[in-house]
Amino acid sequence: MKKTSRILAIAALMSSAAMVNAETLRWARAGDALTLDPHSQNEGPSHTMRHQMYEPLIIRDTDGNFVPTLATDWAPSAENPNIWVFNLRKGVKFHDGADLTAEDVVFSFERAKQPTSDMKELIGSITAVRATGDHTIEIETDGPNPILPSNLTNLFIMDKGWTEANNTTKVQDFEGGEITFATTNVNGTGAYKLVSREPDVKTVMTRNDDYWGRDEFPMEVSEIIYTPIQNAATRVAALLSGEVNFLQDMPVQDLARVDSADGLTVKQAPQNRVIFFGMNQGADDIEADNVDGKNPLADVRVRKAMSMAINRDAIRQVVMRGQSVPAGMIAPPFVNGWTAEMDAESSTDVDGAKALMSEAGYADGFSIRLDCPNDRYINDEAICQAAVGMLGQIGVKVNLDAKPKAQHFPLITDGKTDFYMLGWGVPTYDSEYIFNFLVHGRESDIGTWNGTGFDNDDLDAKIESLASNTDLDARNADIASIWRTIQDEQLYVPIHHQVLNWGMSDGVGIEVDPEDQPRVKYFTMK
Amino acid sequence: MGTESFKMLHFIFKRVLQSLLVLLVTGAIAFSMFTFVGDPVENMLGQERTMEDVERLRSQLGLDKSVPVQYFRFLTEAVQGNFGVSYRQGRQVSVILMERAPATLELAALSALFAVALGIVLGVFTAIRRDGFAANFIMSTSLIGVSLPTFLIGILLIYLFSVTLGWLPSFGRGDVVHIGSWTTGFLTESGLKALILPSITLGLYQMTLIMRLVRSEMLEVLRQDYIRFARARGLSDRVINFRHALKNTMVPVITVIGLQLGAIIAFAIITETVFQWPGLGLLFINAIQFVDIPIMAAYLMMISVMFVVINLFVDILYAFIDPRLRTAAK
Repeated sequence: MKKTSRILAIAALMSSAAMVNAETLRWARAGDALTLDPHSQNEGPSHTMRHQMYEPLIIRDTDGNFVPTLATDWAPSAENPNIWVFNLRKGVKFHDGADLTAEDVVFSFERAKQPTSDMKELIGSITAVRATGDHTIEIETDGPNPILPSNLTNLFIMDKGWTEANNTTKVQDFEGGEITFATTNVNGTGAYKLVSREPDVKTVMTRNDDYWGRDEFPMEVSEIIYTPIQNAATRVAALLSGEVNFLQDMPVQDLARVDSADGLTVKQAPQNRVIFFGMNQGADDIEADNVDGKNPLADVRVRKAMSMAINRDAIRQVVMRGQSVPAGMIAPPFVNGWTAEMDAESSTDVDGAKALMSEAGYADGFSIRLDCPNDRYINDEAICQAAVGMLGQIGVKVNLDAKPKAQHFPLITDGKTDFYMLGWGVPTYDSEYIFNFLVHGRESDIGTWNGTGFDNDDLDAKIESLASNTDLDARNADIASIWRTIQDEQLYVPIHHQVLNWGMSDGVGIEVDPEDQPRVKYFTMK
Repeated sequence: MGTESFKMLHFIFKRVLQSLLVLLVTGAIAFSMFTFVGDPVENMLGQERTMEDVERLRSQLGLDKSVPVQYFRFLTEAVQGNFGVSYRQGRQVSVILMERAPATLELAALSALFAVALGIVLGVFTAIRRDGFAANFIMSTSLIGVSLPTFLIGILLIYLFSVTLGWLPSFGRGDVVHIGSWTTGFLTESGLKALILPSITLGLYQMTLIMRLVRSEMLEVLRQDYIRFARARGLSDRVINFRHALKNTMVPVITVIGLQLGAIIAFAIITETVFQWPGLGLLFINAIQFVDIPIMAAYLMMISVMFVVINLFVDILYAFIDPRLRTAAK
């Protein structure tokens, strides 16, 4: 009995000791970073981890605006339209004390262009990077590139001297199972320094008091303890019990619970990801339906009717528990080219949809298979289930085939599905990115995610011209006209924009980032 | 060499061959299943990848080859101690497995200890006091241990002891101490506290199983004549129950415990997922979701080797104990 009470007393002491150290951010999310090498693995959680310790030239704020980071200002060169000039911040030091110079930036860009780099596609247009002064660089592209800065927000800068001294100049060959110095060690310019890391278990970082923005940003977190917790119920329990005080990847069903718990808050913001259905309109006949010799999806009236049958408000309320914003176009709201008018174009009209179906000759409907992931987007399978019922109202009998993402996505990229769910985020915040992957006719290196069979040569030419159009007004007009075609063709059936939720204890102050990239230097702690 | 020992060697040789065959077949089944798990390349490359990237990576990983070729390649490499490279972590599989093994083995050891110790004590108790209120209470609550799924027990324990009472951590291993390549949670307070809930969750089923087994064996033995004689001789209850009765119930109990040890390691998957326990089970679950074939293959082979070895030992032990099995094996 005595022993039990002693254990209880120790337990109580332990938990109160944990409460006193309020500047520690105990942070959990579902997955871990895959590597620390800044140029290997272009993937969300890996970038999140790097953003605490490394820095790119530019980052984005929560509204999607550029924020000068290692570069203080940038502009296209007056003489040569193919060149951008970046002025670097002065007085920046790496964690080991070395100064940031133009040489380091040139070196980092060259490193990121290596064949094993995962970042090489994003900077594929860059032909040369030159240091034109101690703190000035020039970036030359293969043609005028008006949106180059958009591609640099996850391109981290390393110290040339440190990287060479530790023989880690070559980007980790991830698939080849290579472990290099840079995969487990960090020397960045960021606000936090690496203390220890066990992959998939725990990563500890400490505040960099020599950080260039020490006085500019709150930086109230002195220590970060990052632990991936995969099981959703365990993750929420850890937040409820106070073992962690900041949580990403909040399960939708626990939001109300966490929000109503004492001392905990849930904050939300629209995420940079839109969910939609794709329909194969290009094939003469499709396998996944019961109509022989014809493809009902080739008829725009059928595609419109299917969109009109979807009740997005019902999905929002019932499936998503209020955690979504119904969508009318397949661009997230911060993206250049998004308009409120087009995003409101989806309407629910079952009678109108039935009329369109009979006009198109499918008054009795048809049956089709819907391919859906079950572990990729928030409530993905449940959304598809809801859609099955809604489409049934206009006679489209849907057989739902839900699979893990590793089996679902190959169906789209290999063209083996005629009706599928897909979600899309836009890291460049520009419509060109959407057109390149989802609208342009499918070729080996463009239109790779366009599973609709849609292939319009005039539109393709217009999309390709966007890359080098420096007249931004004309470019935006082109973007608007491409969107008009997509909307009129009902190329996709937009469902909704995902909403991002972060759970935290009341003392933690941070606004939700639409790209799900918390940057701890902005956190306040009470 | 006598005929007896020759027979024995012959028996062992045959059993080892059979075991190897079982391993080969298990591996073949596992490999043919990997094709249904999905395409690992999809997870490894970002959404910006081109078709060339996909093809290059496929051929680099040997995924463009047929399943038998992939399996053969795995076997020849595995025999040389090379299990390949994890697709998700980009590190040697053998290194990762070695890193994760201590967590699972420590958890399994503590769960086994909990299951065996409590199982025997409660089993004896419920057998001796078989009509008492306490015994009946234990017997009926033990039904929970058998009938509730592991993940539910884990989550219930977390909500009671972590969220509501705040006594024990809900996830992880706490602080661990490195001893060579081994990491242990037995030497720190947070490490020990972190072990409690997962061990109970993992061991509860085995504990009830052992308790019920001990109880029925005890009841059987207590009816035997020699126990009555012992009573007639006026021996104390304690001596009768623990020296004479319990000893004779232990033979089948030990066999079951031995087989269950393998099960504890293999079935740690669910417990480890619920408690974010950084062991082999969690590694395996992550590997399935990511279609990390090298990890899945190595883990499945490791588990099947473990079961095959345990069964082999049990068979050989039986043969030593019971000569009839040797002749029957001819």
